[in-house]
Amino acid sequence: MDGISRIEVEDFLFWEAELLDDWRLKDWLALFTDDAHYYVPSTDLPPGASPDTNLFYIADDRFRLGERVERLMKKSAHAEFPRSKTRHLISNVRIRERREDGLEVGAAFATYRSKGETTDVYVGSILYRIVPQDGALRIQEKRCQLDMNGLKPQGRISIIL
Amino acid sequence: MTMQGDHDRMLLVDHEKKLFKVSRRSFTDQDILDAERARIFARCWLYLGHVSELPKPNDFLTRDVAGRPILFNRDGKGELHAFFNTCPHRGAQVCRERSGRAKSFQCFYHGWTFTPEGKLRSWPGEEDYPKDFNADGSVDLVAAPRFEEYRGFCFICFDRDAPGLADYLGAAKEYIDVICDQSEAGMTVVGGTQDYSIRANWKLLTENSIDGYHAATTHATYFAYLQNTTGGLAKMGVAGVGRDLGNGHGVVEYTAPWGRPVAQWIPAWGEDGKREIQAIYDNLVARYGSEKADRIAGKNRNLFIFPNLIINDIMAITVRTYFPSTPDLMQVNAWAIAPSEENEWARKYRLSNFLEFLGPGGFATPDDVEALEQCQRGFMNRLEAPWQDISKGMGKPVAKTDDEEQMRAFWTQWNDRLFPDSPTARVSHREAAE
Repeated sequence: MDGISRIEVEDFLFWEAELLDDWRLKDWLALFTDDAHYYVPSTDLPPGASPDTNLFYIADDRFRLGERVERLMKKSAHAEFPRSKTRHLISNVRIRERREDGLEVGAAFATYRSKGETTDVYVGSILYRIVPQDGALRIQEKRCQLDMNGLKPQGRISIIL
Repeated sequence: MTMQGDHDRMLLVDHEKKLFKVSRRSFTDQDILDAERARIFARCWLYLGHVSELPKPNDFLTRDVAGRPILFNRDGKGELHAFFNTCPHRGAQVCRERSGRAKSFQCFYHGWTFTPEGKLRSWPGEEDYPKDFNADGSVDLVAAPRFEEYRGFCFICFDRDAPGLADYLGAAKEYIDVICDQSEAGMTVVGGTQDYSIRANWKLLTENSIDGYHAATTHATYFAYLQNTTGGLAKMGVAGVGRDLGNGHGVVEYTAPWGRPVAQWIPAWGEDGKREIQAIYDNLVARYGSEKADRIAGKNRNLFIFPNLIINDIMAITVRTYFPSTPDLMQVNAWAIAPSEENEWARKYRLSNFLEFLGPGGFATPDDVEALEQCQRGFMNRLEAPWQDISKGMGKPVAKTDDEEQMRAFWTQWNDRLFPDSPTARVSHREAAE
């Protein structure tokens, strides 16, 4: 994993953000490995808390992440019908650790969600585990740590952060 | 507003035609919220927290209850206390952390320091005060007027003259017992609070939390998800009863096709899971016999304690409480509780089950939040479209899970408390349902 630059990682994450903002969720899902996880811990938990022993907001394995995408593409995912407009801003990208099998990447995010007359912002940090697969980068883990003290006033995480 | 004229009635109840209507003004008007604060939130027992959240001496947490910042703590001897989190001197909060462990609480503004029992221990410049300053305890922390616990659930009440908690809970105690009896060692709150707000009136969440009618349409994607999991659902439909428990409390109790960590197996949990669930079930039978074991294991319960506590024992157990900020905004806290002795397997599957359905990132709760916010928006038409309909299943000897009997229990109590001079005739009694 020595050859991969921060700029390549950034380009990859910017691409991920664009797919989310364009609601190309199946293409977005293809960026994940078959053993991937997606986590959003509750805001009163310490960093590194385990979803097996703590209540999170979201703790998806690859199967449930796929089902999340399936659900969000339906009209009957009422929280996202009509679909909200989102803008995922990714910043402060840094390769925190290079391992034999992949990269640990830290980033800051601010995601805007507009629906009806309200615009909400979700802000926090993301810890990615990124691995090479068939000559491309793939996400093995995405853990979004919110900086807010609760989902006030957002009330829900019905989009993907 | 002690009397309701015909023009401003909040409830219309017609027993003959079996119609139950609620004015949409009850969700939008500031004077209604003011009356709720005075006649409901200042008078009823309100859920504060669970004993397991303060496992050790000197543990504390801070939490808002009905808009009041409360300090909930254990002293060095392990006794529980609930104080108003405000310095008797000049008002600042004496504790600014969400949780922790402390042998004293010091107000940083002028340095007044209090013991975990709430006694003023020291204050800078003592020599400038009379010798008998605080001989009467008037500058100790102020305790909540009433504090009581039932099976680990701690409540406070701001009305000194209110009946005791056990009387207040009344028939709801039976359901709390059934939920708590699944554990020999006691229930525990699992780490992590789901803390969120909803842009809707608080009473909409009361209705929604005990509403069996909305599941098929609002949660179609959740049921579709369950069908997609390995092996699909347990072989039973959603069927059961709704009950008015008196004092405004209500419950629906029913079978459902999802897996329950206590104790209903689904194919997705595999053969290992089958053995785990069988062991949990066998233990229940050994302790209580098969009839009660079947109720604990196989029945789901959405239990509502008036005015704002939900204990839903469904695919996992959530405890949820919520308070109004304004007529169109509420603050929600939700926790997961579980038997403290359950093993790693059961805990993991319980939490996984919880997140599939429940909470702001689940496959169901976000759609509930959307529904409530859409209702609140619809209420902008209240002048021309003034009534809610809560009539489903009215007048039946036994209401079904997807009837609205338990909601009528809430609304009747709500109306009786807000307008004591024009109480609603009881539509049905618990006795009638049995």
